[in-house]
Amino acid sequence: MITVKELTKRYARTVAVDQISFEVAKGQIVGFLGPNGAGKTTTMRMLTCFLPPSAGTAKVAGFDVLEQPLEVKKRIGYLPESPPIYPEMETAEYLKFVGKLKGLSGGDLQKRVEYVCDRCAIADVKKKLLGKLSKGYRQRVGLAQAIIHNPDVLILDEPTAGLDPKQINETRELIKGLAGDHTIVLSTHILSEVEQTCEQVIIINKGKLVATDSVRNLQARARGAESVVVEIAGRSGRLEVPIVQHKLEQVSGVSRVLCRQQADRRAVFEVESQKGRLVRGDLARAVVQGGWDLNELRPAAMSLEEIFLQLTENESAEKDKTTAKEPQP
Amino acid sequence: MRNAWIICRKELGSYFVSPIAYLLLTMFGLIFGFFFWNALAYFVIEGMEMQMRGQMFPMNLNEQIIRPLLSNVSVIGLFFIPMITMRLFAEEKRTGTIELLATSPLRDLEIIVGKWLAAMVLYSCLLLFTALNFAFLFKYGNPDWKPLAIGYLGLLLQAGALLAIGTFISTLTKNQIIAGAATFGVCLLLWVLEWVSGYETATWARVLSYLSVITHFESFARGVVDSKDAVFYVTVIFLGLFFTARSMESLRWRS
Repeated sequence: MITVKELTKRYARTVAVDQISFEVAKGQIVGFLGPNGAGKTTTMRMLTCFLPPSAGTAKVAGFDVLEQPLEVKKRIGYLPESPPIYPEMETAEYLKFVGKLKGLSGGDLQKRVEYVCDRCAIADVKKKLLGKLSKGYRQRVGLAQAIIHNPDVLILDEPTAGLDPKQINETRELIKGLAGDHTIVLSTHILSEVEQTCEQVIIINKGKLVATDSVRNLQARARGAESVVVEIAGRSGRLEVPIVQHKLEQVSGVSRVLCRQQADRRAVFEVESQKGRLVRGDLARAVVQGGWDLNELRPAAMSLEEIFLQLTENESAEKDKTTAKEPQP
Repeated sequence: MRNAWIICRKELGSYFVSPIAYLLLTMFGLIFGFFFWNALAYFVIEGMEMQMRGQMFPMNLNEQIIRPLLSNVSVIGLFFIPMITMRLFAEEKRTGTIELLATSPLRDLEIIVGKWLAAMVLYSCLLLFTALNFAFLFKYGNPDWKPLAIGYLGLLLQAGALLAIGTFISTLTKNQIIAGAATFGVCLLLWVLEWVSGYETATWARVLSYLSVITHFESFARGVVDSKDAVFYVTVIFLGLFFTARSMESLRWRS
């Protein structure tokens, strides 16, 4: 549905987007992930024909953004970072206006307005001035205007920014619900959002593509070796960490044992094992035989957060560490 | 063209939903009303004096009231035009709604023409106020309507030219006040450029005074359609809208 090849955007002094290539298949939800200022908005603006690329090509639904912008625009619904609303208009009036801009008319237009009001749960504010709506409603009106002409591709720039947790959840559910009919690209700097809503993730940092893969693969890839978290408590008195560590290291298949946390009677270890070796049973047995209590034993899935930091830090470590912005949790 | 009409309707909506249109209409109505009242009072007193002196010069409503008043309208218009155009693009740029327009399947030209048309319609509403005053002349006197109609045509052409310039200036900034002030400055300059012809006859002075929008209005005020003047206004309209289109395009490459 979307094919991007070596897309580049240069401004006078800076390169905002540097030779990014990726593809998005039909019906997918793709998360566009990166710290603030990574080039997410610029990329989206190029996809929506708002900005022309300096080099490279981008095709949406088979149409080039530079050569056939009108055809691309017909097939795209776009929600910019702040919803593009006219405060002096009423909700229904605004949706009708946008619908007409996108080429709807007559009964069709009426039906679509009803439909998107229903779908985005804004039917109760149809007659209200947009300027008086709360942030959550405005965001949903923004989403409604993006889907009014039933576009093939939806491009959403930080659709949950500035919402409260309940609204964030509602918006995510709404977006997930839209996935079947539309191909969705959403940008965010919130990692859990990608984990929850997206199938596919594209990570960019400082205008460069860092990784593009499915969420699950990415987790597996970053983990590399299998690893397990083990929490152990001493049955009586102090727990001798070095002894426990030594004992765990002797379990066959274990390649590395790290002590992550240590209290008086408890300690948490991260045990890495060679790929494909199931060591959990042996670990449990070793702990019990050593005369300790096994409090917890679980596979350590790396969160996207860690993957992200790992990936972006690898990138920037070579150059300059201080400029890498900390992503918000 | 359908798209331009959609944009035009939306712009008119925001003029008339907000107080802008009503404020402009009220101010314009008051100011023009005062001018009209003055002109009429002067006309009546002059007429009485003539009768008392026993002179019977023919008094002419067209020459003595309509023509100077139309010239006044064209000058008052200079002050109102910046207020009409300043928000056209500047506001959309500030609130980000320009992204909606630019990513909808519209041509830039349709957006520009739509907005300019809306400004023209609002200006025509202002002119309707003056027509209300002139209607009294027709009730109590019998002026010739043709020069008046031509005068209005001239006013519309002149306003079209200035509104096109204002629209262009509005694309250059996000700040409405800057857009308004710059448009006002340009309008004022285009008015006073004519003054150089008062003391200088060199080519540069003639060029400058030719550029003045006011010089080209004189023939219309007299009730004459001079094709030279009409062409001047139409050219400025086209140039203004053309530069607006170029400016919108450059906005994409720059921003």
